Amino acid sequence: MPKNPNVKRVMVIGSGPIVIGQAAEFDYAGTQACRSLKEEGVEVILVNSNPATIMTDKDIADKVYIEPLTVKVLEQIIEKEKPDSILPTLGGQAGLNLGMELEESGFLAAHGVKLLGTTAATIRNAEGRQEFKDLMERIGEPCAASKVVENVQDGIDFTNTIGYPVVLRPAYTLGGSGGGIAHNQAQLEEILENGLRLSRVGQVLVERCIAGWKEIEYEVMRDGAGNCITVCNMENIDPVGVHTGDSIVVAPSQTLSDKEYQMLRTSALNIINELEITGGCNVQFALHPTSFEYCVIEVNPRVSRSSALASKATGYPIAKVAAKIALGYTLDEIQNAITQKTYASFEPALDYCVVKIPRLPFDKFITAKRTLTTQMKATGEVMSICNNFEGALMKAIRSLEQHVDCLLSYDFSALSPQELKERLKTVDDQRIYVIAEAIRKGVSYDEIHDITMIDLWFIDKIAVLVEMEQALKKGPLTAELLREAKRIEFPDNVIARLTGMTEEKIKKMRYENGICAVYKMVDTCAAEFAASTPYYYSVYGGECEAVKTRGRKKVLVLGSGPIRIGQGIEFDYCSVHATWAFSRAGYETIIINNNPETVSTDFDIADKLYFEPLTPEDVESIVNIEKPDGAVVQFGGQTAIKLTESLMKMGVPILGTKAEDVDAAEDRELFDKILEQTEIPRAAGGTVYTAEEAKAVANRLGYPVLVRPSYVLGGQGMQIAISDEDIEEFMEIINRIAQDHPILVDKYLQGKEIEVDAVCDGADILIPGIMEHIERTGVHSGDSISVYPAPTINQTVKEKIAEYTRRLAKALHVKGLINIQFIAIEDEVYVIEVNPRSSRTVPYISKVTGIPIVDLAAQVMIGKTIKELGYEPGLQPEAEYFAIKMPVFSFEKIRGAEISLGPEMKSTGECLGIARTFNEALYKAFLGAGVNLPKYKNMIITVKDADKGEAIEIGRRFEKLGYTIYATRSTAAALNEAGVKARKVNKISQESPTVMDLILGHKIDLVIDTPTQGRDKSRDGFLIRRTAIETGVHCITAMDTARALVTSLENAGGQLTLVDVAQL
Amino acid sequence: MKAFLVLEDGTVFEGTHIGADREVISEIVFNTSMAGYLEVLTDPSYAGQAVCMTYPLIGNYGICMDDMESLKPWPDGFIVRELSRIPSNFRNDCTIQEFLEQNGVPGIAGIDTRALTRILREKGTMNGMITADENYSLDEILPKLQKYTTGRVVEKVTCSEKYVVEPAGALEQNGPLSGAARFDREGYERGVREPRPSLVRELNGTGLQVALLDLGAKRNIAHSLAQRGCRVTVYPALTSAEEIIREAPDGIMLSNGPGDPKECASIIEEIKRLYETDIPIFAICLGHQLMALATGADTHKMKYGHRGGNHPVKDLATGKVYISSQNHGYVVDMNKLDPSVAVPAFVNVNDGTNEGLSYVNKNIFTVQFHPEACPGPQDSGYLFDRFIDMMKGEN
Repeated sequence: MPKNPNVKRVMVIGSGPIVIGQAAEFDYAGTQACRSLKEEGVEVILVNSNPATIMTDKDIADKVYIEPLTVKVLEQIIEKEKPDSILPTLGGQAGLNLGMELEESGFLAAHGVKLLGTTAATIRNAEGRQEFKDLMERIGEPCAASKVVENVQDGIDFTNTIGYPVVLRPAYTLGGSGGGIAHNQAQLEEILENGLRLSRVGQVLVERCIAGWKEIEYEVMRDGAGNCITVCNMENIDPVGVHTGDSIVVAPSQTLSDKEYQMLRTSALNIINELEITGGCNVQFALHPTSFEYCVIEVNPRVSRSSALASKATGYPIAKVAAKIALGYTLDEIQNAITQKTYASFEPALDYCVVKIPRLPFDKFITAKRTLTTQMKATGEVMSICNNFEGALMKAIRSLEQHVDCLLSYDFSALSPQELKERLKTVDDQRIYVIAEAIRKGVSYDEIHDITMIDLWFIDKIAVLVEMEQALKKGPLTAELLREAKRIEFPDNVIARLTGMTEEKIKKMRYENGICAVYKMVDTCAAEFAASTPYYYSVYGGECEAVKTRGRKKVLVLGSGPIRIGQGIEFDYCSVHATWAFSRAGYETIIINNNPETVSTDFDIADKLYFEPLTPEDVESIVNIEKPDGAVVQFGGQTAIKLTESLMKMGVPILGTKAEDVDAAEDRELFDKILEQTEIPRAAGGTVYTAEEAKAVANRLGYPVLVRPSYVLGGQGMQIAISDEDIEEFMEIINRIAQDHPILVDKYLQGKEIEVDAVCDGADILIPGIMEHIERTGVHSGDSISVYPAPTINQTVKEKIAEYTRRLAKALHVKGLINIQFIAIEDEVYVIEVNPRSSRTVPYISKVTGIPIVDLAAQVMIGKTIKELGYEPGLQPEAEYFAIKMPVFSFEKIRGAEISLGPEMKSTGECLGIARTFNEALYKAFLGAGVNLPKYKNMIITVKDADKGEAIEIGRRFEKLGYTIYATRSTAAALNEAGVKARKVNKISQESPTVMDLILGHKIDLVIDTPTQGRDKSRDGFLIRRTAIETGVHCITAMDTARALVTSLENAGGQLTLVDVAQL
Repeated sequence: MKAFLVLEDGTVFEGTHIGADREVISEIVFNTSMAGYLEVLTDPSYAGQAVCMTYPLIGNYGICMDDMESLKPWPDGFIVRELSRIPSNFRNDCTIQEFLEQNGVPGIAGIDTRALTRILREKGTMNGMITADENYSLDEILPKLQKYTTGRVVEKVTCSEKYVVEPAGALEQNGPLSGAARFDREGYERGVREPRPSLVRELNGTGLQVALLDLGAKRNIAHSLAQRGCRVTVYPALTSAEEIIREAPDGIMLSNGPGDPKECASIIEEIKRLYETDIPIFAICLGHQLMALATGADTHKMKYGHRGGNHPVKDLATGKVYISSQNHGYVVDMNKLDPSVAVPAFVNVNDGTNEGLSYVNKNIFTVQFHPEACPGPQDSGYLFDRFIDMMKGEN
């Protein structure tokens, strides 16, 4: 079937801010799909509130609206842009829900807009729990016994008929939000109540518990003519019970015979045929481990995290093909972009094994429960490819960048076999390490299997790794043993540790014996056809398919690894844009990265893609083959920066700012010297290693002080200390991981926090704009609301900032990007931190100023000057718009996480509000972040003493807006005294009704709760904040944020103005 | 123990010896299926060949005897990247190593199977030797390799005498419908293993008698018909047409099988006679090629054939594309078809080669791929229903 000629203008809905359960994979899918649509001459109108994405670039879509993703806004854009169709299956669950709401309200029909791809009826059948179940019953596909309930009593009654345990899944929520397993009635009531509240339609599925069964997924494609294929299947190592996003996953399935594989494949095809999916779809199964019985768990009629993984695992571009199918093509008309010989109507054959491991955020949320459940908690993931499972697992482990590099990385050696068996019952992110220790201690495979239900085949593979550890420890290290250790991907440093030799010596022994990594191609067809797309992975032994190319100059771009809090999608944006810029400048580009969710690991971004861990050894193996002319490290976040020294040792020139200058910015003493030379003031401080030293510095400076490790991103481990006790606590936490670099203790200055990103060519600088944070210093810049242009600083301060930026960039010999954070106190400007590299704000400031600073930085690195690039150096004129970046959090997903904001970053994503006035921009930003008030006009205020003054002012403004204010004793007294009416509520420890009862009454819109300085020790405050978050109540922990919110609410209402950022 | 794979072009791969302890010369082919190694091993079409699995991890779920497509493994040798040291599956009967040893199949593991596949892809299928002799001499081996041919292997793999596969009398006899399986814990503990699930939802072939000419038939061909209610009589490959016609079957099936179709000269003669009757005929793989040769078309050897479970074939009657299971090294020449005799019914979407023929004014259709699957996708199982309709005169 040829392309539908009636499709000319397509609106694509993105997935909005990155939250747990909905992350970079939708930027990857969306970008690929938009490019695929444009390739067909279709005009693309893109809507996504997330400014950090590549899909919101003007080269990806024709019209770009970085606007809040609400039905009202979308309606307005449809009225303005008059698309003929809308594609809602690329923006995750968020995009799909919006598309459905537009369709169900009749708005699309009224405006002559067609839903492309899968139809609304299909989506309803796949997403609505009851509809889906009925449909499965009709075609004889089994689902676990289940019932959709709308109240708790029905849930209890139904469970009594099928027996405990049961699984609870709220309809239309993200990442299994609000779901869980209930083993008894009390648990059932708690989870069910929460789930009903979280569901958009107030429905929860109560289902027979099939925990412990094998979890298998199929990625399927179907075109409008009914042709179906499966792209691949995947097997979760963690059986049913752990969300697939938090499971270790392997592709293809390893423990299914052809009978089981084909049984489930046929079932997946039956299901998508019956649903009449047009595009991509994911089907999840639970397979009984000792029988052919299976259950369909769920179907996602859209691209998903799994489809991104499947695309990267096979080389089959699901989103691209889905977009072409939406335009009317059939699978046999779409060429396979990798082989360019075959068509999209075939199934990839893998001749390697792929392992995905989730990146969990427990290093950020140390109070959170590490337990893994049906509620997803991972912020990102890594993938690795190898021709054996052990190797793929080892590569994935070291890709995580969580101080792990083998199965010994978490030490459980103190536990006895009995204790280990007990520990195995806990399902958490350390389980594979516990299994390894259990094997070391002689616990049998069967015992491990009986407790974990993990298939024996995987347990045996872990045993292979354990046996190798033991063989290396025992020695002697022969060439044969080394070859075998490398075959299963033991890194040199682990071999060195186990054998007691140096890493250098291991490497030398490897080279002498010709034990070097070779590279194989991901070609979708197991070498059956010649492929032309250079997408490589390493193995040890055999033929190397990667050939050193000649001719053009060659640049290596280091990616940023897994998405984590503090190092998100922004750095992928930078890596991709840098790659494109080098490509335009005539360079051959090579990307190394290990994140399957990103655009950078799409096989057609760089000339060559190496899907590999980002460790010095892995990078060196690639360098040995490619011999690049230079490497770029300033776009890949801390991951890439950390590789600088190693790259230099390998003899690879670092393009842009020199390594010693990067060091100078991080090294306290060197940096202090530079500040002295350049006459730039900063907060007094010192460097320390121990708690004693830290206390001495803190007492010299006077509390409060800021304590943080150097060389980290995202303020990891950063805290404000107000006492010696705090120092002791924080130093203990920081030093749990051995620190290579000193810890910084600085006087805490309270003022306006200012941030700039600039490009420097060695002589001139270009500052696209100055950003000001709404929250005063003390809240991490990534968690602050950021405003461009800076609204409250005067010209003198602006000039000082521009001047200091120029001086710092010059003193550090910056060639490329630099990011600086300042504190402005009246007319004084202090520098907090300088990072001579790309930053989190780069995509945002590029988009709202229209100045492509990554592209400029890349060109500067290869010798162009800012003037040659057509820009007048210095601070650029301010835009006519206000653009506000709002952080977005995923606190509701992580049980037990502390939500109060501080110097350590906690947000997972961001959204943008852009408008002509500050107030409208602020309103849009809050709206985009999902703060959609008011519902009940009831709020709770409970603040620490220092904030009471501001609470009065803010309370008064809320009161004026018609809010009923509840407050705890002292806050209520302060408010009432100042004439702001506040109803006193009891603290949790007091008699009912307490503040907790109030929150659980579901009539509260908002909680303003500022924790006491430092780490909040009050159990009460923590409980209030957690309960608020988990019951869907907005909770604000900084007075500046509260003030911004009330300002935004005062200006709510009225038609929003729309801004096409592609025109900026 | 070390083992070596020596190819006709002089390439030598060094690996570890697996399976039976003997040396073998054979034609080396590769298969891209990711699961189903036992079905591959027991597919008689591999007689005279040594199979390299491109998927690197083989033996993971051990050997489930239920899944055998014939009584024994047929390949001369088995070539893998890695053999699993433990089997893990609830139906597992033994390890793949034990199975290969017991059945006298030698093999080699630990070689770069992708490099081997790339050689075969570029240079075409060639002969090779698997040996554990470290002192092998290329000068002695290479002339032997060049001389090797698979020969008339059909006669080796066909059954020695005719037998009957009885039809299912009720759907339940086929085992549970896929998806309708219910795990019986008590039974499981007593050692009861539920039968494989079936896809057949209707006994549309009840009462029909099918004659299956066994040219090296996979078990699931007869099984697919019997599950639909047909009574299948399986005949040895050299059975005369007359003997089959005398039994007046409602339909005749020509099965898959090994080797060069042109070597089956006498069988082709018999098939010419079958063609002359009005009995509906459905043929698969070698059967498809022999019918083509019997009616004046030609076949040729492909560079490296189609072996795997991911080949797209287009049904030219409907335009629909199905993913098919394939195993063939020869193909019917599309250029030499007489359109008054047969017209293409299926085509391979990847390389445009012929995948099926429909015979003009005849109740005969033939396919190059394997609708019986095992291993591979079950998408084209509907062709058995089409054959049944044809036998009932409903097409």
